[in-house]
Amino acid sequence: MSFMDILPVALLGALLGLDVVTFPQAMISRPIVAATVAGAFIGNPIAGLTVGAVLELMALGMLPFGASKYPEWGSASVVGGALYAAQLGDPPGALAGSVVAALIAALGSGWSMVRLRRLNASRAASERQALDAGSASAIVGLQVFGLTADFVRGAIVTFVAMLIFRPIVHEVISRWGSGPTLSRAVVVTVGAAVAAGAIWKIFHSVPLARVLFLGGLVLGVTLLVVR
Amino acid sequence: MTSGTLSAAGASSFSAGRLPFLTWLRMYFRLFAVQGAWNYETLLGNGIAFCMEPALRFLPGGRGGEQYARALARHARYFNAHPYFAGLAVGSLARAELDGVEPALIERFRIALGGPLGSVGDRLVWASWLPLCSLIALLIYGLDARPLAVVAIFLLLYNLGSLSLRAWGLRVGFEKGLRVADALGNPLLRRGPQFIGVVAAVLAGIAIPLAANRIIGAGRETAAEVTVIAIVGGVLLSRLGGRAEGWRLALAILALYVLFSVVR
Repeated sequence: MSFMDILPVALLGALLGLDVVTFPQAMISRPIVAATVAGAFIGNPIAGLTVGAVLELMALGMLPFGASKYPEWGSASVVGGALYAAQLGDPPGALAGSVVAALIAALGSGWSMVRLRRLNASRAASERQALDAGSASAIVGLQVFGLTADFVRGAIVTFVAMLIFRPIVHEVISRWGSGPTLSRAVVVTVGAAVAAGAIWKIFHSVPLARVLFLGGLVLGVTLLVVR
Repeated sequence: MTSGTLSAAGASSFSAGRLPFLTWLRMYFRLFAVQGAWNYETLLGNGIAFCMEPALRFLPGGRGGEQYARALARHARYFNAHPYFAGLAVGSLARAELDGVEPALIERFRIALGGPLGSVGDRLVWASWLPLCSLIALLIYGLDARPLAVVAIFLLLYNLGSLSLRAWGLRVGFEKGLRVADALGNPLLRRGPQFIGVVAAVLAGIAIPLAANRIIGAGRETAAEVTVIAIVGGVLLSRLGGRAEGWRLALAILALYVLFSVVR
C-alpha cells in the first residue's frame, strides 16, 4: 500500500467519520459497516468484515449519549479494515495488530471530536451577535463550518493513523512469535468478553435478563455443534 | 409525510394553512445535519434553528422579516435532545411560531421539551435499537453471510427505524404543536425499550458465540475454551460496572499481547 493509496482511504475515513455525529447518523460509521467498506476498498471485503465483527463486539457497549466522550468508530474502523485487508494471506498477528491500531485510532479520533466541539463552541461565540440578531446566514454558516471541520478531522485522523500504523503492523507481523490459532483466539476471546459485559450493562434491567441470555447461549452453542 | 393545518393567526403568508411539501422535505433533510454544529455551549441549538428555518419563512414579513429574525434568534440558543427526536422539537416549535404563540411561552416550552426528548431517545435508540441491530448483524455474520448481506441487512433494518422516527417526529410535532408531550406517551416509545431488551438478551446469547466462531476461522478447536473464558471475562467486566470501559481494557490487553508476541 503506497503513500498515494492512503489518500482515498483517508477520504473514506472522513466520510464515515462524519456519520458518527454530524451527518447523517445512518450508522454507516458502525465498525461492521465501515471496516467492511474499507476492506472492499482495498479489494478484500471478507478481511474488512472480520475486523469489523471484532470491533463491533467491542463497540456494543459504547453508546453515543449526547455530550459524553466516546471513541469515534467510523474513521477508526476504516483504519482497522484497510490495514487488515492489505495483509495478503492473513499472516498470524495481522488481526491482533490491526485491531490494536483501530482501537488506538478510535481513542485519538474520540479526542479529536472533543476538540472539534470546542472549536464549534468558539466559532458560535464569535458569531453570537449575528445569531442573536437572527441571521440565517450565520446559522447556516455555523452548520457548514461544523460539517466541513468534521470531514477534515476524519480525513486527518485516518491519514495520520494509516501513516503511523501501516509500517508498525507490517513490523509486528514480521516479528510475530505466537501461533495462528492462539493469535486469533486471544482477539476473539477479548472481543466476546467485552460484548458479553456490554450486553449485561445495557440490558440487566430487563426482567429475567440472565435467564434469557443463558437460553440464547445454549441455543447458540447448540447451533455451533449441529452445523 | 403529511402537513398539518395552521390557525389563521400565523398563516397570513400563505393561503392554504399548510406547509408546502417542498418545505417539509427541506426540514426533513436538514434533520440529518441537525448536529452539524454540535458544541458544548449551545449543544443542538444551532441545528434546531437550521432545521426550522424553511418553515419560519412563512411568518408574517417572510424571509428576513422581523418575526422571522426573532424566531431564528430564539431557537439558535441552547437546546438539547436526541438527534432522531429533534424532529418532534422542530415540528412543534415551528408550529408554535406559525401559530403566533407568545415568545415567553415558546421559551418555557423549549426548556421543558429538551429533557424528555433526550431521555426517551437515548433509551429507545442508543440503548435498545442500535444494540439490537448490531446483534442481528453479528448473528448474520456468524451464520456465514457474505459481507454485502451483513452490511445491507444492518443498514436497512437500522435505518428503517431511524428514518421513520425522524419523519414521524416532524409530522407529529407539527400536528400537536405545544401538546407534543402527548406523543411521548406513545406505547411504542414507553414499552419499546423493554421489549427490545428481551429480544436483545436472547439474541446476544446466540450471536456472540456464532460471530466469535466465524472470526476464529480455522482454529475452531479452541471454540469451547474461547466461549468459557469470554463468559467469565464478561461476568468480571459486568462486576466492574461503570468503573472501566470494556473497549479500553480490550485495548490494554491486546496491546500487551501484541508486545508479548513480538518480543518473545
